[in-house]
Amino acid sequence: MSEQAQARGDFAVELRGITKTFPGVIANHDVNLSVRPGTIHAIVGENGAGKSTLMKTLYGMHQPDEGSITVDGVTRTFRSPTDAIAAGIGMVHQHFMLADNLTITENIILGNEPVTSRGRIDFAAAHARIGALMSTLGVDFDLDAPVSSLGVGQRQRVEILKVLYRGARILILDEPTAVLVPQEVIELFVTLKRLVAEGATVIFISHKLDEVLANCDEITVIRQGTTVAHTSPRETDRRGLAELMVGGDLPDPSGRDTHVRDSVLLEVAAIDVAGTAVGSKLALDQVSLRVRSGEIVGIAGVEGNGQFELCEAILGLVPTVRGSVSMDGRDISHTPTRERINAGLSYIPFDRHREGLLLDAPLWENTFLGREDNRRLTSGLFTRRRAIEADSRAIIDRFGVRTPSEQVPAFALSGGNQQKLVVGREMASDPKVLLAAHPTRGVDVGAQAAIWDELRHARDNGLGVLLVSADLEELIGLSDTILVMYDGRITAQLDPAEATPEMLGTYMTGEVQGARS
Amino acid sequence: MNRQKLQRVLVTSASSVLAIIVALVICAVILLITGKDPVKAYSTLFGAAGETKVLQGMFNRATPLMISAAAVAIGFKMNLFNIGVEGQMRVALLSTAVIGGAVNLPAPLHIAFCFVVAMATGALWSGIAGWLKVKRNVNEVISTIMLNFIALSVVAWSFDTFFRLDKEGESTSLLVKTKDLPRSAWFPDLVDRRLNGMLIVAIVILILFWVLVWKTKFGFQLRASGANSGAARATGVNPKRMIFISMLISGALAGLVGMRALMGDVHAYQNNLAEQQGFNGIAVALLGRNHPVGIFFSALLFGFLGEASGRLQLEDIPKEIVTIMTGIIVLAVVIINEAVKRWDDRRIQRRAAAMVEAVS
Amino acid sequence: MSANTVISSLSPARRAILMSLGFVLVLSIVRVVTNTDDLTSSGTISSTLRVATPILLAGLAGLWAERAGIVNIGIEGMMIVGSWLGGFGAWKWGSWAGIGLALVGGALVGLIHAVATVRFNVDHVVSGIAINILAGGATEYLSIIAFKNNGGGESQSPNGKGGYGTFDMPFLSGGHIGEWKSPDLLGWLENKHDIPLVPDLAAFLRGVSSDVYVPTLVALAIVPLTAWVLWRTRWGLRLRSSGESPRAGESLGVPVVRLRYQAMAISGSLAAFGGAYLSCVLTSTYRQGQTGGRGFIGLATTIFGNWNPVGVLRGAILFGFPTALKFRDAKNVPALLLVTAIVLALASVLLVSRRKSLAAVGAGFGAALALFTWITVDEVPSEFVAATPYIVTIIVLAGARQQLRPPAHAGQSYRPGENH
Repeated sequence: MSEQAQARGDFAVELRGITKTFPGVIANHDVNLSVRPGTIHAIVGENGAGKSTLMKTLYGMHQPDEGSITVDGVTRTFRSPTDAIAAGIGMVHQHFMLADNLTITENIILGNEPVTSRGRIDFAAAHARIGALMSTLGVDFDLDAPVSSLGVGQRQRVEILKVLYRGARILILDEPTAVLVPQEVIELFVTLKRLVAEGATVIFISHKLDEVLANCDEITVIRQGTTVAHTSPRETDRRGLAELMVGGDLPDPSGRDTHVRDSVLLEVAAIDVAGTAVGSKLALDQVSLRVRSGEIVGIAGVEGNGQFELCEAILGLVPTVRGSVSMDGRDISHTPTRERINAGLSYIPFDRHREGLLLDAPLWENTFLGREDNRRLTSGLFTRRRAIEADSRAIIDRFGVRTPSEQVPAFALSGGNQQKLVVGREMASDPKVLLAAHPTRGVDVGAQAAIWDELRHARDNGLGVLLVSADLEELIGLSDTILVMYDGRITAQLDPAEATPEMLGTYMTGEVQGARS
Repeated sequence: MNRQKLQRVLVTSASSVLAIIVALVICAVILLITGKDPVKAYSTLFGAAGETKVLQGMFNRATPLMISAAAVAIGFKMNLFNIGVEGQMRVALLSTAVIGGAVNLPAPLHIAFCFVVAMATGALWSGIAGWLKVKRNVNEVISTIMLNFIALSVVAWSFDTFFRLDKEGESTSLLVKTKDLPRSAWFPDLVDRRLNGMLIVAIVILILFWVLVWKTKFGFQLRASGANSGAARATGVNPKRMIFISMLISGALAGLVGMRALMGDVHAYQNNLAEQQGFNGIAVALLGRNHPVGIFFSALLFGFLGEASGRLQLEDIPKEIVTIMTGIIVLAVVIINEAVKRWDDRRIQRRAAAMVEAVS
Repeated sequence: MSANTVISSLSPARRAILMSLGFVLVLSIVRVVTNTDDLTSSGTISSTLRVATPILLAGLAGLWAERAGIVNIGIEGMMIVGSWLGGFGAWKWGSWAGIGLALVGGALVGLIHAVATVRFNVDHVVSGIAINILAGGATEYLSIIAFKNNGGGESQSPNGKGGYGTFDMPFLSGGHIGEWKSPDLLGWLENKHDIPLVPDLAAFLRGVSSDVYVPTLVALAIVPLTAWVLWRTRWGLRLRSSGESPRAGESLGVPVVRLRYQAMAISGSLAAFGGAYLSCVLTSTYRQGQTGGRGFIGLATTIFGNWNPVGVLRGAILFGFPTALKFRDAKNVPALLLVTAIVLALASVLLVSRRKSLAAVGAGFGAALALFTWITVDEVPSEFVAATPYIVTIIVLAGARQQLRPPAHAGQSYRPGENH
């Protein structure tokens, strides 16, 4: 950073009035961010709050609709990441962009390779320069080893080396600790503090408030696309932050009748599920829960803390290393998924595009998906097309899916209508247990209310629901009890009547409840 | 509702028709550059469409193409590339000639027996590739190509060593074949020596293909797995099982490809029986957009071109121009299809959004 | 210290030399035992080089394409085009002209594949198959137009004018210095059949230094050139990154699309060179069907060579050796069975020491089978010799999954600008 700028007391990065919309969604509006040089600055917020979009704007991956970007006192326009890199900004993405089979050196220098006079790559020079950066960071790698030999934490450090190699003085890290084990988290922050001591500036996005409070100098909180607060660890604590993150108004659930009956429809007993990479932490760690007939159990938590693996384990799509799953008294831990579904398990998936819909197929085929063993819709080996089409029309009517007909291919529908179709399909088979992941994601308010009504109605008739949601209003409005998941464990159980936003936020971001009921 | 379906059909056929037109144009240019008259060529070629003999030959040639394309198309539905139809067909040919020739059963039974043998051996050969993919994650493109060549060697060697029968007193070059199939295994002709009844079998296969893929539970799960394996998996469909089964079915169909030549024509195995049907089957499947109706017409087109091309020799135009046409058609149809699909998807999306707006 | 640890502690280069020497030793022993002089004669070695060259070029074609991320099933078609253009050019102007024409034509065909797969996102395999069909049809058609009444036939070209030069190393292999024929030192050594190992080594050296066609030398030179370009230059690194992780490259400004086009042009040229070698060097005419599936053997060689130029060379020689041996005299081939048996037995021992029991059992079973076959048969049918590369490739694919390192993104569709 230039001395004049420093003398002026300029910010390293200043975003003013940034607004960015995508079709149908306002991702950021009127966002202000001021980052002082030589600090670790955290950006905190829930999923969908707009943090990633903001950082992508800063890194030049897209242009803002309104607002200005100022770096080191100079206003800039970034048409592509190349411009941002030239301005000294480097970004370490949540999903690393490394080529496994190339060496560490090759990954770092790619696109910026030093050459000798004869046109070869000057590996000696590259090694020297990277070596200097490594000692700055306090790491040591065998630079000729392929990236595939590295663990997750190490790969992250290679990504950091990559941006430093290109002269980045301002580093953006997107959820850097999401994939790290505690030891690696500590190492990462040691590394970041060293960088900052050398004069760099670090911006990192996170929802893990403990880490944020322990390691950063300043915090900006973003909620629903806009800045709601700028604070520091000295001025606030976890509760305060959580409340800022999560917001105020929530429905009042008191005065509801309970329809919870005694029979346990779903029981998950102390299951462990292995993590994806070798040697990484468990995705699920001793998770237990129970869903009774007529009960909606809500799972709160920031996305990526094991909710997905929980659903997959209950469905039987991933093996459990330990523990058991039972439905209606029967142990289904080793039952194939299709049989579990036939026995009354339904699933509204997290990602309807990847797991819920056949986008090129007409709606009537989509409502048939997963229900091929339904006797009304098939006769023997054959499908009964008219019955399936009629059934599809019924679902479309009942759930208000807006479409010209059931012949339309699924991709032609808006996201909200696609979601309604999936919800309708999963409820149409009269299931015993419903796993509902973000059931009203992308759905407009009116349809959301209609889906909630359907869920409540089914619940009143005995359905047991495991509701995973990031929408606190939904969780509190529907659930009979709320469990909080963090880092693959269940860390709290709350009564919706007593839960406050700050309480929920606190647990969602790391605090473990003392006594569990 | 029906209008929408018709529109979809039109759009899908559009890329195939366009591809044929593109091929005709490019071949016309090639003819011109090499000093041949395209007008004469095309009028000779398409003029032959009036002759009965040519039409019969067309159906005859189309028969193995239909079956081959069906074999390939089943694979495509599951995102699998069965390039091994050549090899599977060859293995089935020799096996059926030998095993079918070794028994004696009453006619319909014998024919059915031969079919079973052919399908079983074809499935066996494709099953190797299927097993390799499911158990060892070996890419089926490579393994089926390798197996094609291995089949070539194995069959040639077995034939040479064990099963060939040289006719006494005649030169051994072209007439070397296995023992003739007994008459009960001969598939009857529809038009004597001109059009074999295996055409009916091919059409039945296409119908069964249609029923299986679009009318059964299994077919639905097959298509779902191919379209979105994540969604299929989430509903409990086992992807590995699907892969293996569809390779088996594909191989079984491949086994039948050579049966017209074997049971309806030569009645014994000889080395040049039914060559190239595997790759031409891929061309037919691609042009026919992997749908039985499309395959039927594409097979007829290629069969016609193959039959009528003989006429070109009389006008001093090399008939190989037709092979060039085939190659261009294949390349053009996949390129055009990508572009057309993108355009059509956008159109459907806009229409649906507009209609929904209008109602609300 | 066990043999295993000794071997593992050596650098890869030393290990390779040790393995090669060991292999020559095995061949030497088998030669003496079975009295098959041809097994290691310089004539066989030269012949192997010639047979292996088209396979090498096809394998390199596959390597260049896949390293940039494109699967090239159309190598066979590009070879066919190359062989035709080579035959045509050789007939009109001479062998080198034929090869030159083939290089250009091959590059063009390669670019067609690139346009289809990169610009239009067509499936790589489909495009490759289409090219194979097109190449076959086009060359058949053009043969009739160009050759039929001009001294050739419907399916072959008239004789090429030849002229590509052979090379003999002076002093060691009886090469000429000016007009004087120098002594043939290695040839003299080679004929001392009673001593083990020395004549075999001499034969190997003589085989690669006498009667060598210049185009062969060119092809061989492409191997270290490929290695140098791809691993030591900027352009090469960026090309490899396009095949390993185009998104990573794109995020760093690598022009993935342009590199893929360039790689496909090279791939097509190399394949066509291989085809032209067949019609200009190995023979002096183009003949329909000349390529005989070598394009697919080339694909197998790319895999067998682990997408590495030296590996591809090794594979090409390995796949070419049995054919060359058979050409010399079909009676030579059974000796290879004994070689296979010994090699597999040694491999089995090595695998046991590495605790890979299943693979060790497989190798041991293979050794027993090879030994049994050697004892019982008198000659190996040519069909089996022909099928060896394909069988070996499947075994490698199925068995050595861990060691194989294909470029991570080869064959997958990629649209520029798509972020995660």
